[in-house]
Amino acid sequence: MLTRGLRKVVRPLVTSVPRSDKFHPSTQSEFINELHMIDPMEIERLPVYRVMDRSGKILRENQDPKFTKDQAIKMYKAMIKTNEFDRVMYDAQRQGRVSFYMTNYGEEAAQIGSIAALNPDDLVYAQYREAGVIFYRGFTYQQACDQCYGNVDDKGSGRQMPVHYGSRELDYVTISSPLTTQLPQAAGSAFALRRAGEKRVVMCYFGEGSASEGDAHAAFNFAATLNCPVIFFCRNNGFAISTPVEDQYTGDGIASRAPGYGMMTIRVDGNDLMAVFNATVKAREIALSENRPILIEAITYRQGHHSTSDDSSRYRSIDEVNMWQKTDHPISRFRQYMMAQGWWSMEEDAALQKSLKKDVLTALVTAEKKKKPSIDSMFEDVYDVPTPELERQKAELMEHLKQYGKHYNLDQYSQ
Amino acid sequence: MIGVTRKTARAMLSRGVNATASVRTHMHFKFQPDDAPAELGATEKTNMCNAIKSAIDIQLARDESTIVFGEDVKFGGVFRCTDGLMDKYGSDRVFNSPLCEQGIAGFGIGAAVAGACTIAEIQFADYIFPAFDQIVNEAAKYRYRSGNEFDCGKLTIRSPCAAVGHGAHYHSQSPEAYFAHTPGLKVCVPRSPIQAKGLLLSAFEDDNPCIVFEPKILYRAAEEQVPVGHYKIPLGKADVLREGTDMTMLSWGTQIHVVREVASIVEEELGISIEVIDLVSILPWDRETVCNSVSKTGRCIITHEAPITCGFGAELQATITSECFFDLEAPPQRVCGLDTPFPHVHEPLYMPTKWKLIQAVKEVMDA
Repeated sequence: MLTRGLRKVVRPLVTSVPRSDKFHPSTQSEFINELHMIDPMEIERLPVYRVMDRSGKILRENQDPKFTKDQAIKMYKAMIKTNEFDRVMYDAQRQGRVSFYMTNYGEEAAQIGSIAALNPDDLVYAQYREAGVIFYRGFTYQQACDQCYGNVDDKGSGRQMPVHYGSRELDYVTISSPLTTQLPQAAGSAFALRRAGEKRVVMCYFGEGSASEGDAHAAFNFAATLNCPVIFFCRNNGFAISTPVEDQYTGDGIASRAPGYGMMTIRVDGNDLMAVFNATVKAREIALSENRPILIEAITYRQGHHSTSDDSSRYRSIDEVNMWQKTDHPISRFRQYMMAQGWWSMEEDAALQKSLKKDVLTALVTAEKKKKPSIDSMFEDVYDVPTPELERQKAELMEHLKQYGKHYNLDQYSQ
Repeated sequence: MIGVTRKTARAMLSRGVNATASVRTHMHFKFQPDDAPAELGATEKTNMCNAIKSAIDIQLARDESTIVFGEDVKFGGVFRCTDGLMDKYGSDRVFNSPLCEQGIAGFGIGAAVAGACTIAEIQFADYIFPAFDQIVNEAAKYRYRSGNEFDCGKLTIRSPCAAVGHGAHYHSQSPEAYFAHTPGLKVCVPRSPIQAKGLLLSAFEDDNPCIVFEPKILYRAAEEQVPVGHYKIPLGKADVLREGTDMTMLSWGTQIHVVREVASIVEEELGISIEVIDLVSILPWDRETVCNSVSKTGRCIITHEAPITCGFGAELQATITSECFFDLEAPPQRVCGLDTPFPHVHEPLYMPTKWKLIQAVKEVMDA
């Protein structure tokens, strides 16, 4: 029987006439005899779990994740690594050196705190604003620049826009632009991994805007009904391009939807690295031991523009952005904690930033000099093996280039 | 802010500048403006984005039931096509929808069924697929399945499409062929500001669900003297842009401008006389104009950005072959996108470029 690993189903199927008149046979809910419409305002808003205050001080000792100095520094460095990369690459786009870029400003703790709580081989699905996650896993600046430039060393063979990272080696599924498509896929992967007996959780990142798509509903319901060990991690950063949360939903955020699917949930302070970490550790434990999905809603703030194609001053005030930057920045909160432990100093901070900036620039200049993938490569991977028609189109293109190649800047492609 | 100042970062960046720029800054086409018909009255220099905004503005003013919505529509839209309209008409009529294309389509159908002139935006045509069920199974069949008891003719869906130079898989698609395969819909693709405004105003009044795919690269790049008032360009009619005798070249959208350039080049350099037709409407399409032209010239090249296999060119090629067979001097040919997902760095090689077209013209003439 397929009961291996399945959590015990609490509600047995009722097929006979109930003995008691107290509970409805199919829902097992109590009968009441007064008409009452439930107003969502009656239901308490889900609280936000937080470990540190805004100045990095732990509020309850029993919630201290007890990081070692090395662990803390590793996570902090990953946040700074992401931040430095963003700065340089955003400017690179402005200078016309890459066609497009998306920053992660303000969401570094949500990304790093969560990925640090997982095993290296837990499978990750992401949206596009999770570069910190793949950097933490070990993606190098060179690999990231190679992808942004779409050069011959890009794992994606120059096929997608910048920031569409992926790495089989790092168990990070290559991202695609369409929103939310990764959610049902994450549920399916979790199902298959469970059946294969693998003790790996699937981690699935998405934004609050993304949660409005039909795919989110499908994913939550499938994951819950089919016992999928998947963590749905929602970065609620306040905006979907220009759309503020007020236009995205009227209910109590994303976390409150989970009980409707029979799914466990927690809302956390997304700018509190410790809270994110603790919640993710717990979620992983529950997901794997009980084979059920968990929804984590990390409340944070998108401090940058949606992308280099956006100017957010058109729809929000600079004062608002500055307020978040000054009073609730994930990086400075954790840094203050580390400095209070005597584990970090402003001198080390400045030195780290300087050295990382140099590393990004080196990677960028190196990436820029590399050739683009060969023309042949455009026809590969449409299928596992090119079809005869694709081979014919490739030959036709090569013939065309023999005569007209001088109009195409062919030098940029590798042979 | 954390870190080195922006000024220092830029200085450090510039020291490593490489001679070969990574980003394509040239465009693969040159927009060719047309003159507006004199009878349409006063004109103003307008790009395609503002021409579209003008159409929506006019419709909001003339029909109180009109609503305009989609993702980020309220602040003006990611391409600024609805800029200022919320301030002018209020957020009850110009508003953001939640991030959900199937919702946009379904909600739009319902609003149209209940009598509102409904203008729904899908932010990029690449993201229209969650809405496919609503559009194909519901919108297209509404009138037919109900015996004309109900219809959603007041629905217009508009969506930016096509190559933009760096859009890759998900910001470059031309999905017209998927929808051309669905009786009950009307589908069109404007090549210019004058066309965009006039086609939209027709679509708004047309009593069938219409989809207008707007080539996004033309939003800023295309500027014309556009009539300032209300006017309509008919759906279902192709446009003969250039008369010729040796060959018909047929396309739509941005690609028309590539075709026009090729027609000039081959006329000047090779003395070949090309008749250029903008199909304008994909569904229904103007069989009469196209077949008359090919019967006259005897040769035909069809070209579009979408991948060749089962692109809309296949329908055109099939019909032209059967209708014009005995008038043809050579088999009709297609020059289209390759059968791959739309690539990023290889876009210049993927596209049906003017060089591929020039080669095809020569081959068809020599056949």
